[in-house]
Amino acid sequence: MDMQSLSGGFATPPQDSSRAFRAALETLARPGTIHDISGAKAPAPVSEAAATLILTLCDPETPLYLAGAHDTPDIRDWVAFHIGAPLVGPEQAMFALGAWEALSPITVFPIGTPEYPDRSTTLIVEMDTLNQDGMRLSGPGIKDSAMLALPDLAPFQMNAGLFPLGLDFYFTAGTRLAGLPRTTNVSDLMEAN
Amino acid sequence: MSDYNFAYLDEQTKRMIRRAILKGIAIPGYQVPFASREMPMPYGWGTGGVQVTAACLTPEDTLKVIDQGADDTTNAVSIRKFFEKTAEIAVTEKTGDATVIQTRHRIPEEPLGEGQILVYQVPIPEPLRFLEPRETETRKMHALEEYGLMHVKLYEDIARHGHIATSYAYPVKVEGRYVMDPSPIPKFDNPKMEMAAIQLFGAGREQRIYAVPPYTKVVSLDFEDHPFDPSKADHPCDLCGAEHTYLDEVIIDDAGGRMFVCSDTDYCAGRQAKGHRGRLSPTEEAAQ
Repeated sequence: MDMQSLSGGFATPPQDSSRAFRAALETLARPGTIHDISGAKAPAPVSEAAATLILTLCDPETPLYLAGAHDTPDIRDWVAFHIGAPLVGPEQAMFALGAWEALSPITVFPIGTPEYPDRSTTLIVEMDTLNQDGMRLSGPGIKDSAMLALPDLAPFQMNAGLFPLGLDFYFTAGTRLAGLPRTTNVSDLMEAN
Repeated sequence: MSDYNFAYLDEQTKRMIRRAILKGIAIPGYQVPFASREMPMPYGWGTGGVQVTAACLTPEDTLKVIDQGADDTTNAVSIRKFFEKTAEIAVTEKTGDATVIQTRHRIPEEPLGEGQILVYQVPIPEPLRFLEPRETETRKMHALEEYGLMHVKLYEDIARHGHIATSYAYPVKVEGRYVMDPSPIPKFDNPKMEMAAIQLFGAGREQRIYAVPPYTKVVSLDFEDHPFDPSKADHPCDLCGAEHTYLDEVIIDDAGGRMFVCSDTDYCAGRQAKGHRGRLSPTEEAAQ
């Protein structure tokens, strides 16, 4: 374990995590909106937004899955020191972190049970950029419609079809954060026209 | 520097509550179990709402607390003082200035906007509880979307009273899926639940959190021949003259005299400041 694993936590944890949570709440409650969150720095390739989000939401009670390029010894050490979350495979994960290609196929993650639909994975998808264009979103939290560039289409449509079961998503790029709950209907703007 | 951690709760507890809130937002109307903590106030005084508020507050927030619409009742004052002391945040009585509003049994009259969060204190979160006491059964009923029993209850109201007699905690269906208890708000407030603000519900003793995201469909259950009626007392407010607000009835003497006043004290005071007058308002000269 080197010094990099020991640094990068919040400067003032209660205040920093409260601001990060509010951004996480706003983005999930209003799909298509993008908020800035910052304060935590994990080893590359974890973005600042993703590091801040897992530091805010994860702890020893939340099994975490690190996918693909996000599963490095440095990152494992950082998670062990700052969060203490047990690292598990996708089938047991409450949270998952990685690029879209590494997380796919998303059908391996738990989607909850009819009696406990909340027992499903929240996926944190690392993106190169985050833009309000591309796919058309509608559903709870959206007044008329919203736009968000998503890495794929069919998996999100399939996920919305599982409601009230299903996965919930966060997208991160740099310090930017967007959310996509299972309730959001996603359509391709090109197809709709 | 306060002797308390920011917003009283420890960080581990806040993370647990925050995760429950996010799942609640993702599944509108579904009651997420959470490990409710003992708070320095008795159950029934809003421990669920206080825990949700504590998990949501940031140092920049302005908090408003109302109890039956009023800012100046014991429950509202003590919770407001609690967060002034433990989170050192700004507080207000003005609905428009608040970013987080904790409420017991009312929705403010002034429409809420984006950037605001409304936190409800909930005594019994399960709308089916008085129809089916077993948690194992009500959980199954929600899973199977089996809500026939609730319609039977409303029907029995009509058979017995000629109309649906439920006047508060009137059940709603959220986004066409879960039947939800809107906490004991008067049914007059039900139509306001389709709003631009985030609505969070905390039940401390029953250990449940649920949520309604902004712009979510919230439909009060009814029948085609007995449509939902958000009724109120058929009077204007005796202090501000408003005819569109929810009113409290106050007995004012031993001879059966009574007055009706807005239950939302901030809204009523705002209207009086703008010059609106009701039947029992002091005259202009007396007020000065």
